[in-house]
This record gives sequence, C-alpha cells and structure tokens, in this order.
Amino acid sequence: MKVSANTRTLGSLRPGQTCRVIGLADQAVSPELEERLLRMGFAEDAAIEVRHEGLFGRDPMAVKVDGVILALRRREADTILVEVDAPK
Amino acid sequence: MTPGAAYRLALVGNPNCGKSALFNALTGGRQKVGNYPGVTVERRVGRLRTPSGIAIDVIDLPGSYSLTPHSADEAVTHNVILGQQEGELPPDAILCVVDATSLAFHLPLVLELKRLGKPMLVTLNMMDLAERDGIRIDTAALARELGLPVVGSVAVRKAGTSELVETLSSTLETLKNQPPADASAIPTDVRGLRREARRIAQAATVSEGREHKVTRVLDRVFLHRVAGPAILFGLLFLMFQAVFSWAETPMTWIDQSVVGLQALASSEIANPALRSLLVDGIIAGVGSVVIFLPQILILFLFILVLEASGYMARAAFLMDRLMAGVGLNGRAFIPLLSSFACAIPGIMAARTIDSQRDRLTTIMVAPLMTCSARLPVYALIIAAFIPDRKVWGAVGLQGLVMFSLYLFGIAAALAVAAVLKRTMLRGAPQPLLLELPKYQMPNWRDVAIGLWQRARIFMRRAGGIILISMIVLWALSSFPPPPPGATEPPIFYSAAAWVGKGLQTVFAPIGFNWEISVALIPGLAAREVAVAALGTVYALSGSEDAVATSLAETLRNAWTLPTALSFLVWYVFAPQCLSTLAVAKRETNSWRWTFFMAGYLFALAYIFAGATYWITKGIVG
Repeated sequence: MKVSANTRTLGSLRPGQTCRVIGLADQAVSPELEERLLRMGFAEDAAIEVRHEGLFGRDPMAVKVDGVILALRRREADTILVEVDAPK
Repeated sequence: MTPGAAYRLALVGNPNCGKSALFNALTGGRQKVGNYPGVTVERRVGRLRTPSGIAIDVIDLPGSYSLTPHSADEAVTHNVILGQQEGELPPDAILCVVDATSLAFHLPLVLELKRLGKPMLVTLNMMDLAERDGIRIDTAALARELGLPVVGSVAVRKAGTSELVETLSSTLETLKNQPPADASAIPTDVRGLRREARRIAQAATVSEGREHKVTRVLDRVFLHRVAGPAILFGLLFLMFQAVFSWAETPMTWIDQSVVGLQALASSEIANPALRSLLVDGIIAGVGSVVIFLPQILILFLFILVLEASGYMARAAFLMDRLMAGVGLNGRAFIPLLSSFACAIPGIMAARTIDSQRDRLTTIMVAPLMTCSARLPVYALIIAAFIPDRKVWGAVGLQGLVMFSLYLFGIAAALAVAAVLKRTMLRGAPQPLLLELPKYQMPNWRDVAIGLWQRARIFMRRAGGIILISMIVLWALSSFPPPPPGATEPPIFYSAAAWVGKGLQTVFAPIGFNWEISVALIPGLAAREVAVAALGTVYALSGSEDAVATSLAETLRNAWTLPTALSFLVWYVFAPQCLSTLAVAKRETNSWRWTFFMAGYLFALAYIFAGATYWITKGIVG
C-alpha cells in the first residue's frame, strides 16, 4: 500500500471528487466486512467517483465503482483508503 | 421435474441484472411460484418451449453477489446449483445472466460459477441499454476469455430472446455431456476474482461508452439532499391518496355484486338454515374481504413500479439515516413499506436483509405497519363515531384520525425496533452496502405478472382461511337455537354468546362488550373479518330494523365513545391475522419468535386500548 500526502479515507470525500482505492484500513475492518467491500468492488486500484450524500450528517453516501452506483455509510467508507485525484 | 421437460435450466445472476425480466420473457405467464421447503425463499419455475418443441424447465434463482452465502436467498442459490437443495433436482445447466452495462461488476460471479464445473452458458442482458450508452462488447472475445459460450439477449423486448432460445435448444444437449471447462486458472480469493473480472471486462470491451445520462440527471434530483426526501414523501402521499380514491369505484362495484348475489341467494334457496349460511355467512364474509382487492392491487402497483424503475433502492438510501436511528438500515424500509399493503409480503421481503438480527427486528415490527386489512375496521369505527367536520378550515377530522392511526403504527414500529435492537437483538450496526440500479422504464408485462401473483395469493386467502372462519362463526352464532318462548334475540342463546361472555371478563377492563369479544374470535383469522363478524353478531342479535339500518348506525347506538376508541387502538397493535403469524413462523423458523411476536403485540394492544378507554372515559365522563 503506497500511502502518500494525497491519501484520505473515502468517507472524508465530498460529491464531485474522484479517487482511486489503495487499500482497506486493516485494523478497522472485520474479515466479513472486508469480503463484502471487496465483493462490491472496493478493491485496490478501483476508480471511484463520489456522487451523492444524505441530508443529515451527509450520510449515507453514493459512489460510482466499476460502472455501478453503490450506497454506503461514512462509517464503512472511512475504512477505505483512497488517493484523491487532482481536480480537473 | 414436472413431466415432459427435457432439461432443467437454472437462471443465476447478481441482483438487478434483469434476471427476473428475462425469466418472464422466456416463460411468459407459464410459471409456478412457491417456496422451498423449510425456508421461505421463493421458488419460481416456468416452462419454456423452443420453436423446435423442446421443453425446458427454467428455475429463477434469487439474485446473489457471490456463492459464499450471506443470506437465506444466497444459500438457496448455492445449494440448488450444487444439487443440495431439498425440493429441487439438480439443474442440467446454468444460465448466468450478466448486465452488459457493467461487466466488471458482474463477472466475479460468472468466474465463481465456472469454478463449480457445471455445464453453463452466459447471457449478456440489457444489450439495448448498453447500445444506448455507447458500450460495445465483443461477445466472441468475452466467450474466449471466459471459456464459456456467451449469448446476447434483451429481456425487456421479447423478440430479443429468440437468439438465446435458439442457442439453448441447439447447445443444451452437448453442454450437458461435455466435460467441465478448465477452471484451474480462476483465483480463489475475492481480490483475485475482482482483478481477473476487470481484466476480462477490459479485454472484451470495444468501447466503454458514456454513462447513462438519464440516471445521472434523475439522481441529481431524486438523491438531492433536500429535494430527494421531499419527493419521496410526496410519492408516499400520492400512493396513499391513490389507494383511497382510485379504489372507491371498483369497491362500489364489488359491494353491489355482493348485495346482488345475496338477493339472488335469498330468493332462490328455500331451506332457511342453508339460506342463512350462504347469505349471512359465506357471501357476506367472503365479500367483506374481496372488497379490499382493489386497494391491495393499487398499493402493489405502486410498489412494483417503484421497484422495477429502480427508485426503490433510492428510497432505501434516503431513509437510511432515519432507520439508523432505531438501529436498522435503509434496506428495512422496503419490507416495511410493503407491509402497508399486507404484512405477509412485507415479512417475506425482509429476506433481502443480510443481517439476521436486522431481519428478525424487521419481521417483528412489520405487523405494526397499518396493513390494508385494518382499513375496513378503521373506516367503520371512524364513520360511526368521528364527526364528519373540518378542523383548521380545510382538513377533514375523519381523515385526520385515520392518518394519526397510521402515524401511531409507524411510531410504535420504530419504538419497538429501537427497543429490540438495544436488548434482545443487540449487535454491531450493520453496514449498508446497497446497489442503486440504473433507472429503467418498468416493463408492463412484468408488472402485470407481479400484480396477478399478488391477487392470486390474496384471493386464495379469502377462499381458504377466511371462508372457513366465516362458516364456523355462523355456526357458533346460530346454534344452539333459542328455546321456545325466548325473549332475547337468538344469538343470545348461541354458543358464540357463551364464548363471548367468557372472554368478556378479560376484555371488560378495556371497555369491550360481549359482542366485540365474540367478533374478536373470527377476527383472529384475519382483521377484516371482524367487520363482517360484527355485522353478523348485530344483524343476528337485533330485530329486522337492526338489519335495515347500517352497521355504523347500529354501533353508534350500541357502543360508547371510549369503547369505540379503545377498539380502534386495539387494532393498531393486535396480531389478529393467522396468516401473518404463520409466515413469521416460516420465516424465522422459530416458534419462540412467533410466540414472542403474538405475545408482545397482544400485550401492547391490551395496554394501549385500556389506556385509551380510561382516558377517554375520564374526559367525556
């Protein structure tokens, strides 16, 4: 996992931002959650675009991965480490 | 296998891959819906006949993201494919359905299936949507990379399935006898599967296309932080408005037919006992239930269209935060919304909730959502006891009371869920990982098939459990006959009165008289039966005049306001529906939870009805 100055958690991103997954924060993720996150496409190198967020606490959030839009909560999104793309 | 089918074909795919639409297109109306023994995963089998005359039984398996079973649905899919599912013979071949617009997302399941070494072929579904978005897939390259036959199909247009049907009829025999494809190169871990899927998707994609514009634009509105929830509540309001107003005319027709049928039976049948059984027992009883068919169909029409269009997942997204407040997640919203029509499909829809604790909680509170069977009870009591006048200038008082009863049910459901999730079903909060499918125009044939199936289930209930309970009630209230020279109405001497008077000692503290107590007995079978039962009890217990005046007027004279309100509140909680309890037993596979459900609902009903009775009595004197 190559952590850099641009490394954030997916949960800290706002709609419109895009990023690339660099890994899961191992200590925070149970094996079941890890399997489910990977299964839904949050695997290394996946390109993600944050699309929408809820009204209260900006939760949950909707992101686009592998051509599919997925909803998840900030709580889980915070376990996904990403590298934020430079704004275009 | 039903006799005559040459092959058994299992349809497998991710949720939202258009599998069920393909199933409908392949089999048309010729399908059987049932359940796998022991679990309540729906078993849908249909017969496909190819132009060359080969009969194929198609089994529509529940959508799964993986073969590692996380939910009851996924376990059935896994077991059927491996030939380990009770009540299902192993399929001859697997047809894996893949959404052509998001290959990389769907291919891991294909790879996992291939590893099982069963005869299989892949079909690219939603090719029309892919074309529209400018996505071009090299089917031959995909087949080469996967080492499996690949056929294009368009489930929503029936014509698009002809290539698939042709391939099926020409290849099934060879496929069945061919040695399994070499699967040794397929990774066994999730990361590897994902990587391999992405590689194959890239190799097979000629042009990536551009994103579906409609979905993007619609989501900007429907998932907007402020407009989104507002639109959702607007839709729900429209839905309930429609249930009441659109259903009025067909309900009048049904009512008139029932009355006509009763008149016909009265004039044609000479034997008084038989005539009474048919007119007062069977026709009145079953008629009082069938009259709700229009409302149930309208509610389901909304739910089916919202689901087929892709909006329902958005509703779950919007409701997630609210549901999180009581420890559930947005997925629980869909079963609870269905429960407004009827708790049975609601409880069954809870299968899609992957956490066992969340699923149990949802099942336990589903009966608190105001189902359409309560409507007749509410409508009757409100018409009889709540004055038809306006408050605050424009709002009808009767409508307001009805609306508060709905809110009361919702509040109770949320409160009970919060308590359960903090006590008996405590656990770590479950993640929400929900796919928001592309928006689609609903396919009207699929909606019609869905509605037809709901209607059949409902009518079967009316013909079965409700018919029987009406006959039993009629017998109880007609026998034994009154002694010669009796001064009271005949029902006073019947077995029903006995039971009612016995029960009254229990119900007197919450203001119920013996007539209500009697009506509660058949009302156990189904809530709406209580209206017919009250009709029977009062019609039989009064003079000719009592029969002539409407039931609402009869009740207005027979009950006090505290009794009426207590009866309304009783119906917010009481689990007076054997079918719901039966389905809860099947779904939870536990008598303990079923008894718990019935017990806590009766306890709450008794406490709140009692409180209502005594408080109202204190106010009106």
